[in-house]
Amino acid sequence: MRTIIFRTIAPFLTALMILFSVFVLLRGHNDPGGGFIGGLIAASALAIFGIACGVASVRRAIYFHPMGVSGFGLFLAALAGILSFFKSQAYMTSQWLIFELFDVEIALSTPMVFDIGVYLVVVGAIGSIALALEEREND
Amino acid sequence: METGVVILIGLFFTVAIYLMLSKYLVRMLLGIAILGNAVNLLIFTNGRLLREVPPLIPEHLYVPEVVTANPLPQALVLTAIVISFSFFAFLLVLAFRAYQELGTDGVNEMRLAEPEDDPTPPQGY
Amino acid sequence: MAGSSVSVDLSQAMATAPVAAGDWLVVAPSLLTILGGSLCLMLRKNTDLQPKVGIGFLGVLVLANVALLLRVLDHGVITMVMGSWLPPFGIAFTVDTLGATLSLIGAIVAFCAGVYGAATVDSTGRRYGFYPFLLLMMTGVSGAFLTGDIFNLYVWFEVLLISSYGLLVLGNDRIQLDGAVKYGVLNLVGTNLFLIATGMLYGIFGTLNMADLAQKVASLEDPASGTLATVAALYFLAFAMKAAAFPVNFWLPASYHTPNIVVSAVFAGLLTKVGVYALIRVFVLILPASLGYLSDVISVVAIATLLTGALGALAQSEVRRLLGYVVIAGIGSMLAGVAVGTTLAISGAVFYAVHSIIVMTALYMMAGVMAMLGGSYDLRRLGGLYAKSAAYSAVFLVLASAVSGLPPFSGFWPKVMLVKAAFADDRAWLGAAILVSGFLTMLAMGRVWIFAFWRGGPEGTPDGKTASVTTVPADGAPQVSGGAVWVPLGILTALVIYIGVQPEWMLKLSTQGAGGIVEPLDYLRSVFGVPG
Repeated sequence: MRTIIFRTIAPFLTALMILFSVFVLLRGHNDPGGGFIGGLIAASALAIFGIACGVASVRRAIYFHPMGVSGFGLFLAALAGILSFFKSQAYMTSQWLIFELFDVEIALSTPMVFDIGVYLVVVGAIGSIALALEEREND
Repeated sequence: METGVVILIGLFFTVAIYLMLSKYLVRMLLGIAILGNAVNLLIFTNGRLLREVPPLIPEHLYVPEVVTANPLPQALVLTAIVISFSFFAFLLVLAFRAYQELGTDGVNEMRLAEPEDDPTPPQGY
Repeated sequence: MAGSSVSVDLSQAMATAPVAAGDWLVVAPSLLTILGGSLCLMLRKNTDLQPKVGIGFLGVLVLANVALLLRVLDHGVITMVMGSWLPPFGIAFTVDTLGATLSLIGAIVAFCAGVYGAATVDSTGRRYGFYPFLLLMMTGVSGAFLTGDIFNLYVWFEVLLISSYGLLVLGNDRIQLDGAVKYGVLNLVGTNLFLIATGMLYGIFGTLNMADLAQKVASLEDPASGTLATVAALYFLAFAMKAAAFPVNFWLPASYHTPNIVVSAVFAGLLTKVGVYALIRVFVLILPASLGYLSDVISVVAIATLLTGALGALAQSEVRRLLGYVVIAGIGSMLAGVAVGTTLAISGAVFYAVHSIIVMTALYMMAGVMAMLGGSYDLRRLGGLYAKSAAYSAVFLVLASAVSGLPPFSGFWPKVMLVKAAFADDRAWLGAAILVSGFLTMLAMGRVWIFAFWRGGPEGTPDGKTASVTTVPADGAPQVSGGAVWVPLGILTALVIYIGVQPEWMLKLSTQGAGGIVEPLDYLRSVFGVPG
């Protein structure tokens, strides 16, 4: 699989896919998309990079261990629900922070934080499985 | 419409059970993957198949204007897909590791945990 | 959302009343374990810090569960709806005495396992994620005990299942891969059956909230109709598979002896009991009419499970596999309670579940101690352990008597209740099977005692003399006797003795727990806010 064409194109493809995965993640609240699907796109981006340039360079590129990434995602997702405790509401009741920045209305919310957590969990878990499988192929 | 889908689900189950009866791990895993899809389709059909519009609420409203399709089965199926997907990924890795370590993908030959020539317990001393 | 100018009455869909801080205890067990598990996952390289964080979180989990149980006893059933969306559309966590009791016992056992794991799981096992997976498994276990939504129950089952896969392959031994394949495939099929039944239940009633389902099933004209019978049969098969009941029990003895001994201990304590809990919850609360016509089937399955377990235990010489069969025999007793279905029988089953969680975990930990002292798990190679440590021998004797149902230990009372309930319900065979199985279990445990502890040395050495060879602790067993071994074993043994001598409070909890689902008025009122 390590043809020169693939190896040249793979980094760009990976970057593009990760960018697209973030886009899918952020539009997820009101439109089709969301953390899971975005995470899958990002994980497949890592997998493509791994096929082209080797698993070692992927691990170097993402710096953290994939399971650590998914641990952080889980932590974030669980934490996102706790904020409602301080407003005497049930767990996971969504909290919104809406403000205007340069005349653009920005809506930050706990569902979005939760979605980012899901995204990280999926990237970490699926990414680590994909990398483990690719690693064995090269043995 | 529903009858057709029900027959399809039945076919899925047939294929899945046939594959799962195999003694080779790879076929069993394929059977499990198909079983998961059969179950998802079953839940989806149980939520009634309607030719309605998708359950999206217009921007200026709080409740949908017209009768929409039931959104809940989608949520259930999505959850089930996510779970069965991750399980399938895990089992695939597990089967691959087992094949590497044990040198076989036939479950009849996997007797490491329960050896065939297990001697009887001591009768006395 | 953003446009607050549009006035819509949300109070029909969302809970608007403020939630008391104490009600957050409902989600605390799952939440704490998720947070702790993810923290440990991030600390994967720091194998010294992991046990501290993990055990710390498990300790807090026990405290949270104590507080939750006290609150349930004080305030009755508590419900919290996720995201404030009201049931039946929102997911509700509904905690009654049954769920809170089992959740507390589960947390205690997990805490003990966390401490014991510090002695048996080496740094490789920690890096592969013993503590994260243990905590995340507890997320699934607590969630399953506390949730009030049947699809949510399925999700928690999967959470605990995927974490248990992680625990099972910890260390990547060849024998573990063998065991994990069988465990993995069969359990996945079981949860798929669960999902099928849940999907069909949704198709019939259009709701997944347990309280709502209970109401709708009760208001049916023909609660024993054919479609519902299919659903009930599927549920029974699915949960029987989870609980390792007779015809579908093969995965348990094939896999439970393969992982690290502490992993075997938590599995034996908790996983099968979650299956039994789900069986009780679904059949007694939601489908009581189906229990009526399935009870003969369940009786037969229970008798077969009781006897397979006890006879299987007699035929084993590997201590861990022997204990695996003892777990199965215990499942048979609980199924017997479900088969009879009266309040006394259900409370007997709940009491037995509590006893079994504690005693099976302790026995597997004891097996680890035996492998530490004797260097093997095999009865043929064990011997002379009494001479090596009289204290451990005493602990084993207590646990062995408890699991056989001898007074004055915790196994005695639930057996009395179950046998009494079986005879009162004209199921003499069932009662007899419980007694026979208890007797056979006593023989099997007695043999372990005679071979491993009482005789002078292993096979081949002259009897009456202590084996002169010094033994090396077996792999996966604790390497040295210390606090990490004594503290968990001591807590569990103390509980076994205490419940045996002072059974009143446990009787009260299990009777109240069983009464709460046989007559679920409080449960329904808690979910819907009005008398059902």
